[in-house]
Amino acid sequence: MNYTKTAKVLHWLMAILLFGLLALGFYMHDLPLSPDKLKLYSWHKWAGVTAFLLVALRLTWRIAHRPPALPDSMPKIMQFAAHAGHLMLYLLMIAIPLSGWLMSSAKGFQTVYFGVLPIPDLLDKNKEIGDLLALVHKSLNLLFVAVLAGHIGAALKHHFIDKDDILTRMLPKH
Amino acid sequence: MKKIILAFALAGAFSAQAVEYTQVQPDKSAINFTYKQMGVAVDGKFKKFASQLNFDPAKPAAAKATFDVELASVDTGAPEGDQEVAGKPWFNTKAFPTARFVSGTVKPLGGNKYEVAGQLSIKGKTQDVVVPATFTTQGNTGVFDGSFIIRRADFSIGEGTWAKFDIVANDVVIKFRITATSK
Repeated sequence: MNYTKTAKVLHWLMAILLFGLLALGFYMHDLPLSPDKLKLYSWHKWAGVTAFLLVALRLTWRIAHRPPALPDSMPKIMQFAAHAGHLMLYLLMIAIPLSGWLMSSAKGFQTVYFGVLPIPDLLDKNKEIGDLLALVHKSLNLLFVAVLAGHIGAALKHHFIDKDDILTRMLPKH
Repeated sequence: MKKIILAFALAGAFSAQAVEYTQVQPDKSAINFTYKQMGVAVDGKFKKFASQLNFDPAKPAAAKATFDVELASVDTGAPEGDQEVAGKPWFNTKAFPTARFVSGTVKPLGGNKYEVAGQLSIKGKTQDVVVPATFTTQGNTGVFDGSFIIRRADFSIGEGTWAKFDIVANDVVIKFRITATSK
């Protein structure tokens, strides 16, 4: 069983976007204040809103389209771990942009999508809450990096050690 | 002679009735600003300013106001922002610690509306500004509310890499509330 074209497109589109977001996020926050830093922050927020919209679209689509089953050759415990890992990825893909959005509001810098569409502030400006949400956003991202490493490591293990089709069924041409 | 005494008495009676607002209440006054950063409206404020005020609603032509805003007291909403705008490209607070507004003519526009012409000096540059304000009273307290727009480039605020307006817009809205009591 193969993944559908839609599932593949959404998976790889988000893979590229999320790697970009992670790299940008870790890079930009240590920069000294400059016009470029402010520009990168805006881009990061716009990309984050885009990622959130994509994950919403992806989840909606997935409700109606079950992904192909895991192979029977996989032990039950590994199947459980795979499902738990994917659930974790989805939860983080929702929680991370939400924490970024709330952090922006609490820090007093509203998110305005592409500089045009203001995303409402759910929180008032508050330094303590802003700092706390910054820590939450960072911690969730570190957790995301760890789960992603597991996700990629597992896919490579399936391909090179188990020699099953878990990796290839998500590749563009299969 | 009697007429002169009467005139003095009348003048005295009038000046006793006229209320002149002179005592600015810093804790009930605020100078805020809003600017756009890549389309995002960001608010800030100045925490410290000194002022001299003489305002009698019956004699607006004689009104006088001077404000000295301590630029280092800026609150941009982020500590690194506060540090940045104190520096040379922005306010250069070491060389120019205060911004000063001195009122010129005060024109009543009817009702409780006034138009205050004046000169605003920041970072060694002086510009004429016209500030619309409303004045409302409650007991012996009067409150001025108003806002006006300045262009940061007119005062060389944000030089060098910040000089373009693609990241930080040129227009800055200054919003104030000045509460003053009469003696």
